[in-house]
Amino acid sequence: MRRTTSRLLRGIALVSTIALGATACGSGDDGDSKKPVSSGDVKAALEKGGTIKVWAWEPTLKTVAADFEKKYPKVKVELVGERSGDKHYTALSNAISAKKGVPDVAQVEYFALGQYSLTKGLTDLAPFGADKLADKYTPGPWNAVSDGDAVYGLPMDSGPMALFYNKKVFDKYKVEVPTTWDEYVEAARKLHKADPKVYIANDAGDAGFTTSMLWQAGSRPYKVDGTKVKVDFADAGAKKYTDTWQKLVDEKLLAPINGWTDDWYKGLGDGSIATLATGAWMPANFVTGVPNAAGDWRAAPMPAWTAGDKASAENGGSSLALPELGENEELAYAFVEYANSGAGVQSRVKEGAFPATTAELESDAFRNTEFEYFGGQKANEIFADSAANVADDWSYLPFQQYANSIFNDTVGKAYVSDTKLTDGLKNWQDASVKYGKEQGFTVE
Amino acid sequence: MTTLQQPATAERRPARPPGRGNRRSWTGWGFIGPFVAVFALVFLAPIVYSIYLSLFRDQLIGGNTFVGADNYTQALQDEQFWASLGRVSLFLAVQVPIMLGIALLIALALDSGRLYGRDFFRIAIFLPYAVPAVVATLMWGFMYGTRFGLVGDINEAFGVTLPDPLSTDLVLASIGNIVTWEFVGYNMLIFYAALRVIPHSLYEAAEIDGAGQIRVITAIKLPAIRGALVIATIFSIIGSFQLFNEPSILRPLARNAITTDYTPNFYTYSLSFNGQQHNYSAAVAIIMGLITMVIAYVVQLRGMRKGA
Repeated sequence: MRRTTSRLLRGIALVSTIALGATACGSGDDGDSKKPVSSGDVKAALEKGGTIKVWAWEPTLKTVAADFEKKYPKVKVELVGERSGDKHYTALSNAISAKKGVPDVAQVEYFALGQYSLTKGLTDLAPFGADKLADKYTPGPWNAVSDGDAVYGLPMDSGPMALFYNKKVFDKYKVEVPTTWDEYVEAARKLHKADPKVYIANDAGDAGFTTSMLWQAGSRPYKVDGTKVKVDFADAGAKKYTDTWQKLVDEKLLAPINGWTDDWYKGLGDGSIATLATGAWMPANFVTGVPNAAGDWRAAPMPAWTAGDKASAENGGSSLALPELGENEELAYAFVEYANSGAGVQSRVKEGAFPATTAELESDAFRNTEFEYFGGQKANEIFADSAANVADDWSYLPFQQYANSIFNDTVGKAYVSDTKLTDGLKNWQDASVKYGKEQGFTVE
Repeated sequence: MTTLQQPATAERRPARPPGRGNRRSWTGWGFIGPFVAVFALVFLAPIVYSIYLSLFRDQLIGGNTFVGADNYTQALQDEQFWASLGRVSLFLAVQVPIMLGIALLIALALDSGRLYGRDFFRIAIFLPYAVPAVVATLMWGFMYGTRFGLVGDINEAFGVTLPDPLSTDLVLASIGNIVTWEFVGYNMLIFYAALRVIPHSLYEAAEIDGAGQIRVITAIKLPAIRGALVIATIFSIIGSFQLFNEPSILRPLARNAITTDYTPNFYTYSLSFNGQQHNYSAAVAIIMGLITMVIAYVVQLRGMRKGA
């Protein structure tokens, strides 16, 4: 009896070890070692053809992929664009840690590049010749994608901020378009009083938006020096932001709607969300997402924190990068180069994307483009000026993606309870510091 | 060494005939082999792998290191973990009695034989259980919406302001409502099945003794289905501790109310998928598993002792 038991146990142990081995094997084994690539290799690969998997939600890439396939008939581009934001990064991180199903090209926003490049999840594009493209791009986006000699992605777009406003709503209630944030609060009160269904903006707690607002207000909460990180939301800039924004929150002047939801598109369309302070990449999304409000919206410079101040900030903006575990590197690079530096840029600009390339930004054709959606307004002038006035020195955490994922646990409380924004930010700071320490950073 | 071993082999050789027994033992393996293989692959391997994972720590800076029980000591001092456990315990204490009470009441009503359209009610009440939890939650999420949902429509139509079911204070109760809706039918069926097997002679005897319905319920029916009650309670406890679907699907509608550490399962999920802290997450999951096991076992022991 005892012998049978022990034999059974041994058997079970053996089988489970084998099973365990099998599970482990599924995730191991990425034998291919990297070797330097030349532009000749890229050309050869394009002639040979193949399929590349691209995970990107940027809408203008559809045309780019089609054009690319037309130009190189042997190459097939599989564009997966249903996931964006958090879901996209979760899927990408999972694929990378599972070492399976990793796309050849992935859209990575500037704030998340640090995390992926730090964990060696992205291929350095410098050997492909990407380092020679530095001059093509505006400094902000280029700083975001490069780290020393390494280049972890090519800038796809940039997001100098502007204030989009629904002119129809402002005209209807005879409210001036705000040029400072104090006026903005006033306008919010007036609009909401005139029609309780109208809110100056939607904000239910959005990490990307809040960090951009802090950026514009002159706050520099994140200091990163290699593996040394400092998080501090108690500077003067942050106070400017929280003082103003707390008023909007307290007086319930913000629609409690999250961005990119059905409610949001509806609100932008029916005039219940009157303004949207966001990146200059927005027009393309207006055209596709809110077609029924064509002609209602206009763009304006960001309201200033002190009258006359022109400081702007970036919101969003992303690059295309090559996850290290992706395949078909040569083809993938060719696609990225085509989309973000080659002919793809013009077709994307035509569809409303906001380029990160200086040539496009400075061209008269670009500046004089009349946006049909904005009633013929030459909105690019506003965006390009904003791009030139983006305040520098900003940096994101090397684990910003995680920090953003817990934003609503901490700062979000300020939108639904008595917690003040300042306290929310303090909690966010503490949670970020804790995570940073756990991840081996030296955190102050 | 070799010379020493030789006699041993020599000795074993002649002993071959009883080796038949050897062959027989392999036949046995043949029978339990498929079970053991599946059991090991789907049951033991994940647990062993989780325990293995939980002994390491993979950092962005510093890579993967063996840390022994560090993850466990950290988890035991983790306020977020205990807060989430407290939340599901509250949920357990309030929602489970309500759900089982309603289920029992319906089962007794159906069993009483005095209900018109019994089969229809049985199916109708069981039906929500057949709806996938994800679909059910989405559906309730739409109803809870104060802007474009049912609550919003009611507010609009009657000019009232109902409390927001997805606000920080109410969201746990709203989740409880969804879970109750989903599982009343399931528990009702367990109770009902147990009630059906009570021998009718007992009821006849009770009638002869002049017992009323209430008396029949307390003296015959409830004691007879104690086993089913204990089982349903244990399932519900496990279900409450594993609460995940409902908060995770409602979260996009109430990001600020449902935090990423709302329930222990959701916390492990967030640790793993947002924070890439798979190792720590494994440790939390194992601790949570142990706690669930202990509580379920205690309930079972207590339930059975009373039954004896």
